[in-house]
Amino acid sequence: MRLHELLLRVARGEVRRRSGLLRVDGPELDDLAHQAAADALLAITSKIGQFRGESRFSTWAYKFVIFEVSSKIGRHFWRRPQVPLEAEEWERLPDRFGLDPARESEWRELITALRRAVETELTERQRQVFVEIVLNGVPLDALVARLGSNRNAIYKIMFDARRKLRTALAANGYPHGNTSEPQR
Amino acid sequence: MNDMSALDRFLHTDPEDVGCGQAMEVLHLYAELAATNAEAAAERYRGVAAHLRACGPCQEDLEGLLAAITDPRQ
Repeated sequence: MRLHELLLRVARGEVRRRSGLLRVDGPELDDLAHQAAADALLAITSKIGQFRGESRFSTWAYKFVIFEVSSKIGRHFWRRPQVPLEAEEWERLPDRFGLDPARESEWRELITALRRAVETELTERQRQVFVEIVLNGVPLDALVARLGSNRNAIYKIMFDARRKLRTALAANGYPHGNTSEPQR
Repeated sequence: MNDMSALDRFLHTDPEDVGCGQAMEVLHLYAELAATNAEAAAERYRGVAAHLRACGPCQEDLEGLLAAITDPRQ
């Protein structure tokens, strides 16, 4: 079987596996698989010299199909009708982290401290990425596509932001692993 | 369970986390080992395992690759 046919089979399987997140089906889903397989073939052709035989060739090759599917799903996110978002959706945060509304008195102060830390401790870029991913619920790969960046760079920005926020909360009396009550 | 546990987990950063770049570089090696022994893969590639615990997109890619290489039709 030709390599492209194998890649297309994997791409079709992967878009089917993720189709619940995409909310598309039929020809559009198949078109996405075709694009992913074609771009994966280009990537494999250009990187073939990097294959060192440490794994089966098929495993190495399929990796590029999976990456291409992820990337295309990220771009596809912006093709959906978008609900206009407020600049920052802080009221969504408790729900996003499964905080019980009945126990709001226990976490309200922490969320206020977190918001303050986001506004004062993060760089502009860190704050932008935090708001988009955490508050607005934009998938990381979709943000990568919109900012013309790469997954590693955006993940690193979030990683540094998370570390800064945790440190700031600890400095304000919220110890790691027990943020339910500030220590005074 | 602590009501704040999800937020705690989100803010926690593992110093062993190698990031997306390095994880993607070796994902095919990790997947082949994980397909037969997930614990051995996590032990052999500790930094990648730390990353996969924190990065949803890379974990999703691993699951996709595992599905592809364990599919009997491939």
